[in-house]
Amino acid sequence: MMEYILRLLPALLSGLDTTLKVFFLTLILSIPLGVLVAVGRLSKIKPLVALVELYIWVMRGTPLLLQIIFVFFGLPIVGITFDRFPAAILAFVLNYAAYFGEIFRGGIESIDKGQYDAAKVLGFTPAKTFTRIILPQMIKIVLPSVANEVITLIKDTSLVYVVGLGELLRAGKIASNRDVSLVPLVVVGVFYLVLTAVLTAIFQKLEEKYSYFQ
Amino acid sequence: MVLKVQGLYKSFKRKPVLKNINFELGQGEILAILGRSGVGKTTILRCINNLVKCDRGIINVDQMYLCKDDGEGNTVYAKPQQMLQIRKKLGLVFQNFNLFPHMSVLGNIVEAPINVFGISKKEAKDRAMDLLEMLELSDKANSYPFELSGGQKQRVAIARACALNPKIMCLDEPTSALDPELREGIASTIENLAKDGMGILIITHDMNFAKRIAHRIIFMDEGQIIKECSKEEFFNNIDNERIKSFIS
Ligand SMILES: Nc1ncnc2c1ncn2[C@@H]1O[C@H](COP(=O)(O)OP(=O)(O)OP(=O)(O)O)[C@@H](O)[C@H]1O
Ligand SMILES: [Mg+2]
Repeated sequence: MMEYILRLLPALLSGLDTTLKVFFLTLILSIPLGVLVAVGRLSKIKPLVALVELYIWVMRGTPLLLQIIFVFFGLPIVGITFDRFPAAILAFVLNYAAYFGEIFRGGIESIDKGQYDAAKVLGFTPAKTFTRIILPQMIKIVLPSVANEVITLIKDTSLVYVVGLGELLRAGKIASNRDVSLVPLVVVGVFYLVLTAVLTAIFQKLEEKYSYFQ
Repeated sequence: MVLKVQGLYKSFKRKPVLKNINFELGQGEILAILGRSGVGKTTILRCINNLVKCDRGIINVDQMYLCKDDGEGNTVYAKPQQMLQIRKKLGLVFQNFNLFPHMSVLGNIVEAPINVFGISKKEAKDRAMDLLEMLELSDKANSYPFELSGGQKQRVAIARACALNPKIMCLDEPTSALDPELREGIASTIENLAKDGMGILIITHDMNFAKRIAHRIIFMDEGQIIKECSKEEFFNNIDNERIKSFIS
């Protein structure tokens, strides 16, 4: 048994590698983009607000799987082609930035308006007000929702199988079919559980780190 | 004269809130603005501190124009660089303090001097510690706002507003969150600031507090000043019916 699992490992680990790449790249790109989405959504420029609202509606209103298929199989029809991996990342980033954007917007909106007044009378520019006063308070507020979203993301990465990328779940499924065995699927499940446990622990630490103020 | 307000008008959605407000504040003077709820007291402070733009009027802060008439009937505001100089001269203590919750007491006080006005860390910190000592808060320098009582928060807000040594200190309802004992404390704090030459503008409902501390009183009703006089005159011969009903 142990031996069988060990034999599975190389394939699963290479799948895990793809899974983690999709996961981290999506996070690193979609969080800053999410901040921009939130700022755009809250701006006073009406056309920009309308545009951002449309974007959020489309991204949250259609399945992520459809968006991945659209980018990889759909866009080439009109002459825009991507490799498998960039196509998957593009769809993931656009999708997750919309969700993060809405979370961040909620966080920003829940900050007392008096904070802006206080910053203004102390001479802060709008940019400094955002980075020094609003952002740190927002981060604390949104951490629990972001943790949820991040854990969803680690599981969503399995969707990249649709463009033919060999991620963790696909590696497990191939082994399971080949050997007519449940074991690879169980091992894959354990991998995801460990990943989410690690993420949960990281977010717990972050929340503790931000507990110095209320 | 450290503050001069002339012909100030402000309306919100066509509803006039300030109708021709005129007054001056001298160095070391404590001026109290009294009046019922909703007559526009806070709006005056917000205009002076440029948190809202007035419709019309002249506001002169320590010989600098915050806003003025351009001669063609338009009200023009100071340019950003000048605005920053004006902000330096003004301190505002909000009714609910609006401290930055994610910064320590010390951080709240030194944030603007260091990150807006480019004062050295050491100088800003020394000044902050002096202020905290004066306000008997030295032991709270590293506490966070949520760990403070209402009275302590207020003193931090005062220290923050004093950090750049302003010429004018505005306080909105400074006694509303305090019990009588703390009221005496804040009164002597304010008096000390005035003794150092700061002009103090206080908005209050609190008659006893005004009586205790103010040099001069402005009484407002429906967006206008209906009486302006020394404290003694105000409390000794009340001729106006509205003031009478307000006081009793
Ligand atoms: N931003 C705003 N938008 C619309 N109306 C406003 C705004 N700010 C103030 N007002 C209105 O202006 C009037 C004066 O408000 P203000 O806050 O100056 O009163 P106040 O004298 O300070 O009252 P209080 O003693 O209750 O604090 C009120 O009728 C209020 O509803
Ligand atoms: Mg008020």
